[in-house]
Amino acid sequence: MAQGDTTIDRTALFEFLTRMGDNSLILGHRVSEWCGLSPVLEEDIALANVALDLIGQTQLWLGLAGEVEGKGRTADNLAYLRDAGAFRNLLLVERPNGDFGQTLVRQFLFDAWHFEMLTALKKSTDARVAEIAAKAVKEVAYHLERSSDLIIRLGDGTDESRARMQAALDDQWSYTGEMFLADDADRAVAAAGIAPAPDTLRAAWEKVVKSVLSEATLTIPDGSYAHKGGKRGVHTEHLGFILAQMQFLQRAYPGTTW
Amino acid sequence: MQPQSDRASTDQVWEWLAQVPDPEIPVISLTDLGIIRDVEWQGDTLVVAVTPTYSGCPATSIINMDIETALRSNGIEKLRLDRRLSPSWTTHWISEAGREKLRAYGIAPPIDGTAADGRLDARVARMAGESNLVIICPRCGSNHTEKVSQFGSTPCKASYRCTDCLEPFDYFKCI
Repeated sequence: MAQGDTTIDRTALFEFLTRMGDNSLILGHRVSEWCGLSPVLEEDIALANVALDLIGQTQLWLGLAGEVEGKGRTADNLAYLRDAGAFRNLLLVERPNGDFGQTLVRQFLFDAWHFEMLTALKKSTDARVAEIAAKAVKEVAYHLERSSDLIIRLGDGTDESRARMQAALDDQWSYTGEMFLADDADRAVAAAGIAPAPDTLRAAWEKVVKSVLSEATLTIPDGSYAHKGGKRGVHTEHLGFILAQMQFLQRAYPGTTW
Repeated sequence: MQPQSDRASTDQVWEWLAQVPDPEIPVISLTDLGIIRDVEWQGDTLVVAVTPTYSGCPATSIINMDIETALRSNGIEKLRLDRRLSPSWTTHWISEAGREKLRAYGIAPPIDGTAADGRLDARVARMAGESNLVIICPRCGSNHTEKVSQFGSTPCKASYRCTDCLEPFDYFKCI
């Protein structure tokens, strides 16, 4: 691989891959917290399947990240043995589950971005990135279809469901801006044609989000303030609690296996 | 080391693999599912390329174990399983025989044009009342069915119900 060979590019590529892997890992873990608790059986199954897809994608992204880093770390090492400051996920995906509306709005805002990102990554100059994206995007298309349908059904639903969906949107909207902000690592992988520049995804994301929210009779909040920090390892307090649960076994019993 | 002349032909290996059932839908075989992409001898090592269905499908590791067990019991000593991600698995690769076996088992086989890639087109068609995509009930053959959930008992399936015979059923969704 021509572009990945210099040290600086490899660092940027590792950074990019951990961002992809950490987004799917943390959201996958969050969604899995619903297992056995969701409002109806079909949704319980759907949530578990979405979580499963995301964790599966995590294995591919973090597996490649470890390979690119070249220090012998596996996907499991990266998932279970890093501390919060080394995680690179968007702040949006570590937001607490809240009620079913909060969970769905978080999922929809992420799915719409995830779908556009993976679609763009299918054309990556790095064949390993392109093949993971080509596989993942087919799964994520179903995630987006499901979350869009439910946003519409519950937004354009009863007074109670509409009020909850609007409250969830008001709460989470300011966490979407981080998806489109670029730093040096983003610029380096974009220059190498490995990934799209983050802001180039905004127009397509907004088109899907606005069309679904409008059909759902929900109002997009005013204001463009963006909470940020996750991509460089500055997280909200929620991530620590997620890791305490997710990493407990490997921390308490290092190297243990099934 | 097995002498060249003694080793099984790749056709023979394909036949053995056609006997290995999918661990989650045991009526179809791994070759019906289309996940065996290549079988070849590299020197004295048999190399089988396997593509995963869904990234997180928990059956993947079981499938690899089943392949290994089947081939070893047929006398293959040196064996390597390669994970092949690209091109990514698609339901187009499910054989015709496999589709019929799914239907007989009570799972509606995948129908072209229901893939989520076309979701926006599908939504437009549905709103315009033009969608002609019908999932046929695998039990009574009725075309009066409705989707209950985009996800079912495994990642590859969606939940449907028949409004004539009232039975719920799984639909193997296109990917």
